[in-house]
Amino acid sequence: MSSLDVQGLTVFYGRTEALKGIDLTVAEGQVVCLIGANGAGKTTTMRALSGLTRPRAGAIRLDGADIAGWRPHRVAAAGMLQVPEGRQVFAELTVAENLAMGAWLLADRAETARRQDQVLARFPRLKERLDQPAGSMSGGEQQMLALGRALMGAPRLLLLDEPSMGLAPLFVEEIFSIVADLKREGTTILLVEQNASAALEVADYAYVLETGRIVLEGPAATVAHDPAVVAAYLGG
Amino acid sequence: MFAQQLVNGVLLGATYALFALGFTLMFGVLRVINLTYGFYFSAGAFIALFLTRQAGFGIWAALPVAAMGAGAVAVALDWLLLSRLRRVNAPELSSLMVTLGGVLALYSAATSILGPDIRRLPPDLVASDAFVLAGLRVTTAQLLILLATAVMVGALMALMRGTRLGLAIRAMAEKPDAAGLMGIDTGRLAALVSFISGCLAGAGGVLIGLNFNAIHPYMGEAMMLRGFVVIIVGGLGDIRGALIAGLLLGVIEVFTAGYVASGLKEAVAFAILVVVLWTRPSGLFGRAVVRRA
Repeated sequence: MSSLDVQGLTVFYGRTEALKGIDLTVAEGQVVCLIGANGAGKTTTMRALSGLTRPRAGAIRLDGADIAGWRPHRVAAAGMLQVPEGRQVFAELTVAENLAMGAWLLADRAETARRQDQVLARFPRLKERLDQPAGSMSGGEQQMLALGRALMGAPRLLLLDEPSMGLAPLFVEEIFSIVADLKREGTTILLVEQNASAALEVADYAYVLETGRIVLEGPAATVAHDPAVVAAYLGG
Repeated sequence: MFAQQLVNGVLLGATYALFALGFTLMFGVLRVINLTYGFYFSAGAFIALFLTRQAGFGIWAALPVAAMGAGAVAVALDWLLLSRLRRVNAPELSSLMVTLGGVLALYSAATSILGPDIRRLPPDLVASDAFVLAGLRVTTAQLLILLATAVMVGALMALMRGTRLGLAIRAMAEKPDAAGLMGIDTGRLAALVSFISGCLAGAGGVLIGLNFNAIHPYMGEAMMLRGFVVIIVGGLGDIRGALIAGLLLGVIEVFTAGYVASGLKEAVAFAILVVVLWTRPSGLFGRAVVRRA
């Protein structure tokens, strides 16, 4: 059972209230997406969940335990792994070393090797580039690596922050098909996206964030047909 | 004469390199110019002085214990002065000022407690005889310096290149946030890096104390100037660069003292620093990265 239940999450940057008490829930096995414009607070939400930003108030329950204010390594150890905005691969390390870092919490070598095989089967492109510095790859390849690196940690809950940002259309398609694969395999995912149409297509449930508040939520299919959402985010 | 000067220069440079390695590691990973670093050098020398004078330690036992003592001092100071600033992502200038204030306080406290006098290690600590090989004279102390430096540099390189821990240090040097997301406890790793850096500085203090047979509270101050020259010329955060630049500086100082004038060696060192910064602003060896161990 791995589920996320967020209540009243509030984040300040200095005196600016970036998140004004948001509630959201991700049930086990679900893909939930959080959509919204630039500056709505999507990345702030993700950073607060993974511990990179300390929330001012609110509860973040992961399988019942309140992890609000935990430092990132403890959140990761609890099984919630984040693929951060902008990929954040270790550019100076090789692809193989990046994957090894993804398995940092895993002491077992055989298990690490087994997971690396699984990740490379999912991202065959990375296999040819194992000894290459991650920074020498294209943005799309780096995004695959960032995803693969998180999967090395066998997440119980995966936080994906703008995985399609800045990628060529072909890669965007590939990334979303991987998200769909992960969903089919039962991975629980919270997905933050500017590409609302692709996100709503893959998600079960959706939240719409505007200037630090959740303004709309519902099953993804319903949200996708909401007139306001269509007008604001789907280019309708 | 020339070959003898070269040998002396390389040996002096080896200790400069050792000292600078810790400085550049600390800067590369923790991203702060920690001015208390020179104090660990003095701390190492004084701990060795105490161990050999009062506690009957030989040099082989005193060196690692003093190095680790200096490492502990480094961890404590990092925790006290910098860990909080790191957590709130304070601007670099505040860390710099905090360490400046800290180091001034530490030096004056150390001077008032220990006195400003120059102290000496026990005369019989290392055999005073010298080996003569192909006309070159090498003292036992110099051999010890060379061996200790080689062991420590080798161990650091092996750690950085060959272990998971070294990989994590390089990852954290590049992207601390992402390293945290991997489950790396960046606070603990910062403490470990401080410890390693402090050990290198402390060992440098013992070895320089041995080489010149002079230990005093401010000895770390003079060394910091050289530390800056070495890490800037070698490229900030560049471990290999610091090694090469340290050796170069030692050789240049010895040659200047031998062939030009002893009083000019610092002037020459800084002239080189200025010329390097003019021509290669990021150091002799290109980009500045601790990741490239």
